[in-house]
Amino acid sequence: MQTVKMIVTGPFSAGKTELIQSISEIDVVSTERKITRESERIKDQTTVAMDFGRITIDEDLILYLFGTPGQKRFDFMWEVLSEGMLGFVVMVDSTRPETFREARRILDTFRSYSPVPSIVAANKQDLDDAWPAEDLRIVLRVEPGVKVVPCVASDRESVKKVLLELLYSILELMDAE
Amino acid sequence: MALRGKLEDFGITQLLNLINLARKTGTLYVAGSDKEACLCFREGKLIYVSMTGVDDYLPVILQRAGIFTEDHVRMIRTNMPGKPDQDIAKVLITSGHLKQQVLLRHVREHILDLVFQVFSWNQGTFRFEPSELPVQGRITTSIALENVIMEGSRRLKEWEMLSDELPDLGIALKFAERPTTPLRDINLSVEEWRVISFINPRNSILQIANYNNMDELQIRKIVYSLLQAGLVEIVHPPRSLSAPVATPATASDKDAKPDPQAEPQMRRPAVKRGIIQRLIRRIREL
Repeated sequence: MQTVKMIVTGPFSAGKTELIQSISEIDVVSTERKITRESERIKDQTTVAMDFGRITIDEDLILYLFGTPGQKRFDFMWEVLSEGMLGFVVMVDSTRPETFREARRILDTFRSYSPVPSIVAANKQDLDDAWPAEDLRIVLRVEPGVKVVPCVASDRESVKKVLLELLYSILELMDAE
Repeated sequence: MALRGKLEDFGITQLLNLINLARKTGTLYVAGSDKEACLCFREGKLIYVSMTGVDDYLPVILQRAGIFTEDHVRMIRTNMPGKPDQDIAKVLITSGHLKQQVLLRHVREHILDLVFQVFSWNQGTFRFEPSELPVQGRITTSIALENVIMEGSRRLKEWEMLSDELPDLGIALKFAERPTTPLRDINLSVEEWRVISFINPRNSILQIANYNNMDELQIRKIVYSLLQAGLVEIVHPPRSLSAPVATPATASDKDAKPDPQAEPQMRRPAVKRGIIQRLIRRIREL
């Protein structure tokens, strides 16, 4: 049995857990805790270790999805989680510009761990105040070779599109070699 | 008794606030990680600042302000050897070389420049010696601390933001291949031109700062504005081969010669193409 993995990362409350929950065939093994810091009280719970989802591809291949903790104080775990990844998704809450700089920092950090293909998922595009994906490309200074995909993490079809776009990016890289 | 402590526990903003509210007279000695400063106060107002590595001889202050040339400074040193700043100031004013307001404005700006640098020190120690004022012969001024604290805090935030945007000054820059602003529409300051002239993937930002005698805040501000304008791009350093444990080098990687000027290329994951195709097929079906 072969296993492969993708990482879903992004700032605090970007929608990483929700994305994995939308597509995983198992209940996401999520290590969520109640938020105690007032400054982070945007939602009631947050991921303190990691989310873990699974998609069985066929009888001898499994894809694991790992969600990283979004709070900065847990970033020591990122490098460990990123080992051996096929690629990574950086989730961004398109309605919260105050998190964009952090998203860019995360993108750069994961790239430094492993230069595998990545994709930016511009989440919460169903909300009125969401910044368009192309504007996010500019503010996050995402290079032309990296896709910025509009996304709604609670919508399975939208999540499929994000994962597929990442896989297409990997294929394109293989074709180019 | 002298007030003593660590900047990690009690920062500059808090110290100045205390000195202001308590209307203290004395000298605050601050030892940062690589510099030391002494800030003198009279009845809660800042009157003088000195810092290691910064020449505070009055003619040099005026040279930095663009009032004097190096020749002027040399001439004053020769003709008035050992004279304190106050005597030099008197001669300059009475001989009509400089107006008193202009001289005081530049001294004030020099003092403020130094105190704002101290705001960025968040590690080190401090000691406040009451009633001690080592300013004999110096030109002093009287600056209300409220505005210093507000401006210093604003600059500190700016400093933090710039440090966040450009955490590593060891990286290099290159010109953007397709600048977002047409070059003919760009107006650059003298300092920006000085930085621009050194943009090259072989020069780190720190080297450019050193060539141009700029401090970290100045170079960060300029580089940040050039990045924001889309004129330059960051050249990421080549990655260490030991870092990506799970992505072993392919045969072609091994044969490839490193190009120090090239941007790091994305590397394919260490799986076969067929696996990616199986993943795509399955996810499409979900």
